[in-house]
Amino acid sequence: MEEASLIERFDNYVAANKKIEPKDWMPESYRKTLVRQISQHAHSEIVGMLPEGNWITRAPSLKRKAILLAKVQDEAGHGLYLYSACETLGVKRDDLINDLHNGKAKYSSIFNYPTLTWADMGAIGWLVDGAAIMNQVPLCKCSYGPYARAMVRVCKEESFHQRQGFEIMMTLANGTDAQKKLAQDALNRWWWPSLMMFGPSDKDSTHSEQSMKWRIKLFSNDELRQRFVDMTVPQAEMIGLTVPDKDLKMDVETGKYQFGDIQWEEFFNVIKGNGPCNKERVATRKKAYDDGKWVRDAAAAHAKKKQARKKAKAA
Amino acid sequence: MSHKHVGSLHAADAEMAISNARDVYTRRQEGVSIWAVPSESITASSPSDKEAFFDPAEDKVYRHPTFYDLPDELEHM
Repeated sequence: MEEASLIERFDNYVAANKKIEPKDWMPESYRKTLVRQISQHAHSEIVGMLPEGNWITRAPSLKRKAILLAKVQDEAGHGLYLYSACETLGVKRDDLINDLHNGKAKYSSIFNYPTLTWADMGAIGWLVDGAAIMNQVPLCKCSYGPYARAMVRVCKEESFHQRQGFEIMMTLANGTDAQKKLAQDALNRWWWPSLMMFGPSDKDSTHSEQSMKWRIKLFSNDELRQRFVDMTVPQAEMIGLTVPDKDLKMDVETGKYQFGDIQWEEFFNVIKGNGPCNKERVATRKKAYDDGKWVRDAAAAHAKKKQARKKAKAA
Repeated sequence: MSHKHVGSLHAADAEMAISNARDVYTRRQEGVSIWAVPSESITASSPSDKEAFFDPAEDKVYRHPTFYDLPDELEHM
C-alpha cells in the first residue's frame, strides 16, 4: 500500500477515535513522538520517587511512613507500566535508561526542586499529583492503545496520592502555629512550579498542534492549567492557606480565576538543566543503576544455573 | 473468574516473572492467580487482517437467541 494512502487510513482511524495498537502501521513521526513522550513520562515517575523518598525515614509517624512508602512504590510501578508501554514501539528499555542518564531524555521539571520539610510531602501530593491527574485523565483516551491503558491503571492509583497529600496539608493547617507556617511555606514554594508542570503557554508550545491532531494530546496546556487553578484555589481556601499570587482574582463573568504571570525564564532554565536538583537527580539514578548491576547479574546467573540444572535432570 | 491480561514486565526467568508480577500488578487485591508467559511464546492475530478475520461473524445474526421470534406464552426457553 502506498505511503500516502497509509497515512490517510491512519488519520481517518485516529479521527474516528479508534485505538492504534503496536502492530498497526503508523507514521514514523507518530512513533517517534510517542517514544519521546512515553519514555519521558516513565522517567518522570522513577525520578519522581526521589523527592518523596527523601522523607520516608523521617515521616512523623509509622502510619505516615507506611503511606509514603506505598506512594513511592506506586510511582515505581507507574514507571514500569510506562517503560513496558514504550517498548511496544520497538525500543529497548536499556536505551531509554541510557538516554536519561546521559541527559538526552528529559523528565518533568517539577522533580528538580528539593523537598525541604515534611510539609513538602503534603504540597507534592496535593499539587504535583493533582496536576499530574489533570494531565493523565485525558491521556486515558489517547490514540495509542498501550499508553491509554497504562494511564487508566495509573489514574486509579493516583487519586490516593492526591488525597494523602491534601490530608497532610489539612492536618498541618489545623495544627499549631508552627505547623500552619510549615504548610504555608510549602505551598509558597510548590505553587508556581506546579503550574509550570502543564508546560509552556500554548503559543510557545512546539509539539502541541501535531500531538492534538494525532489525539495524543486532547486539551491544551493553558486549558489544563486554568482547570487546575480553578479546582485548587478553593481547596487552599478550605484549609485557610493563601495561594502565593497577588494577582489571583476570581473573574465573576467567566467563573474562572485570573492568575499572575508565570516566570517562564525559571521554567526553561530548569528544563535546560539548571534547576536546584537536576544534577543530583540524574546522578542518584545513575548510581542506583550502577550499584544495582550485581543484582541484575546475579538474577541472570541464577536463572541460567536453574535452567542448566533442569536440563541435566531431564537428560 | 478468568485470567485477563494486565501488562508486561522484565524478569530473569519464569519464577521471577511471577514474583515481579505479584509486586507490580496485585497491590490492590486485583487477583488471586497469576499466569506469566514469555512474549515470544505468544502468537497473535494480525491487525491488518482484522476485517477479513472477524467481519464474517457480523452478519450471522441467526447465531443469537434474539433472532428467533417465538410466542410470548412460551416458557422456559
